[in-house]
Amino acid sequence: MKIIEGRVWKFGDNIDTDVIIPARYLNTSDPEELAKHCMEDIDSGFSKKVRKGDLIVAGDNFGCGSSREHAPIAIKAAGIAGIIARSFARIFFRNAINIGLPIIECPEAVDKIESDTLIRIDLSSGLITDIRNGKSYRATPFPPFMQELIAAGGLMNYVMLQQRL
Amino acid sequence: MGRTITEKILAAHAGLAEVHPGELIKAKVDIALGNDVTAPLAIDEFEKAGAQKVFDPNKIVLIPDHFTPNKDIKSAQLCLKMRRFAKAQGLRHYYEVGRMGIEHAFLPEQGLVLPGDLIIGADSHTCTYGALGAFATGIGSTDLAAAMITGEVWLKVPESIKFIFWGKLRPWVSGKDLILYTIGKIGVDGALYQAMEFVGEVMDQLDMDSRFTMANMAIEAGAKNGIIAPDNITLAYVKSRAQRNFKLYQSDKEASYKTVYEFDAADIEPQVAFPSLPANTMPISQVPNISIDQVIIGSCTNGRLSDLRVAAQVLQGHKVHPDVRLIIIPATQDIYRQALIAGYIEIFLDAQAVISTPTCGPCLGGHMGVLAEGERAVATTNRNFVGRMGDSRSEVYLTNPAVAAASAIMGRIANPEEI
Repeated sequence: MKIIEGRVWKFGDNIDTDVIIPARYLNTSDPEELAKHCMEDIDSGFSKKVRKGDLIVAGDNFGCGSSREHAPIAIKAAGIAGIIARSFARIFFRNAINIGLPIIECPEAVDKIESDTLIRIDLSSGLITDIRNGKSYRATPFPPFMQELIAAGGLMNYVMLQQRL
Repeated sequence: MGRTITEKILAAHAGLAEVHPGELIKAKVDIALGNDVTAPLAIDEFEKAGAQKVFDPNKIVLIPDHFTPNKDIKSAQLCLKMRRFAKAQGLRHYYEVGRMGIEHAFLPEQGLVLPGDLIIGADSHTCTYGALGAFATGIGSTDLAAAMITGEVWLKVPESIKFIFWGKLRPWVSGKDLILYTIGKIGVDGALYQAMEFVGEVMDQLDMDSRFTMANMAIEAGAKNGIIAPDNITLAYVKSRAQRNFKLYQSDKEASYKTVYEFDAADIEPQVAFPSLPANTMPISQVPNISIDQVIIGSCTNGRLSDLRVAAQVLQGHKVHPDVRLIIIPATQDIYRQALIAGYIEIFLDAQAVISTPTCGPCLGGHMGVLAEGERAVATTNRNFVGRMGDSRSEVYLTNPAVAAASAIMGRIANPEEI
């Protein structure tokens, strides 16, 4: 498990999959194409402003709505290296784990960390550090089975190992 | 200790005597579903993994329903990929345009999903089938790819919340209003990761169409699944449709619930969910004068025969307001035919409505009724997020079919009692 470090883009509660990637772009599954339109209905130009390795910090129920895997794919392809939220909608949670986009639930960090801050996340320990002021927050680690999935590099790699494909 | 219906179905599919909330299990799936938006991604993953054969060609259902009939070249390519995969794999349950329906209306109608089943679908409204007393939940494309190979899915056993509806429904109130009212009370994450179990004397009387509508929108409260225990109404529905055995489960009396909510149907009027969250509800009597540009009656939430019947009742002898476009979408070919035989289609035509072939189209701003900047729609669909039906400055108000039909006539959000 690795350590990721990046600049924070902060979002509110109930960021739904229709704003993460509007359905009008779902006639393709090309990650680069999806990335261009990521978040455009609530923050136009988001995809141009994001730098590779940046992080999203958001409120409750991030990724609610549709099951479209295009949502975490768009975020990942836009260059976002990980998401911290107070909570995630369950299908988004699955999809992010399955495609290997690091996500962490930590309400305290969300409440304290501000936009544009540089933070560091240690994915194995769940330790989140605000580099500017040195304050740190601890997220609940994933249960062992999910750690196995993440360590394998997502669900398909895990299935391939199991099925010896 | 007693077990809930959700826990019993999950245990049976995980090969365990019992399961407990919070436990991670691997469960066998009876049906895995995909559509033209989600299945192509799953097919890519399936092929990338080097898989040759699906685990069982009788247990995978693929339906092109979102951007079909193909709305543009890219959508046509996605459908082509799905069609070729279905043929190459010998899938028994691939349903082409002209023989299909919106997936969550079509699968129950054709008896493809049955009580006691464990169903996963790469579509968030897969939870609809919980109305049959099945465990059904939405998953993503990678989950679908894995399930097509292994026949299994990993799941966390959810805690259950019980919703008891007492009393008798008021006029023009349907399953849509019960579920919007519920979401309004608990919020769009009020049932996050949990099972919503609907019970009570109102549920005992409720027809299957309204039950499907309620289970369908469990996801709008963040739930993993919505579920209604099977009874005589369920059995009457599945008896003529089932082509395989099924099993009936009930929650034990001493089963434990995280929360129990009790609602009196006497308090529940037709509901309107304002932009931009399904939880943003208001009873129809308190809605101010809001003019509208478009009305959609249809979708996996409210495109079934009884929804069209109610719309026809309201529209009969009336014309759609000159400033409004009314688009009506029967959810399946069979519902379309039944509506034709019953005379509803003629009533819609007389009222100057557009009648569309089955498609999810406008619900997600795909096609067949996309909104321009500043336009407002009343829709019997399930989501009113920012930009859901078109431009990011358009607005969607969610209602039942009676309110939608009345609004189409009046040119503003209206109570069917006004007609």
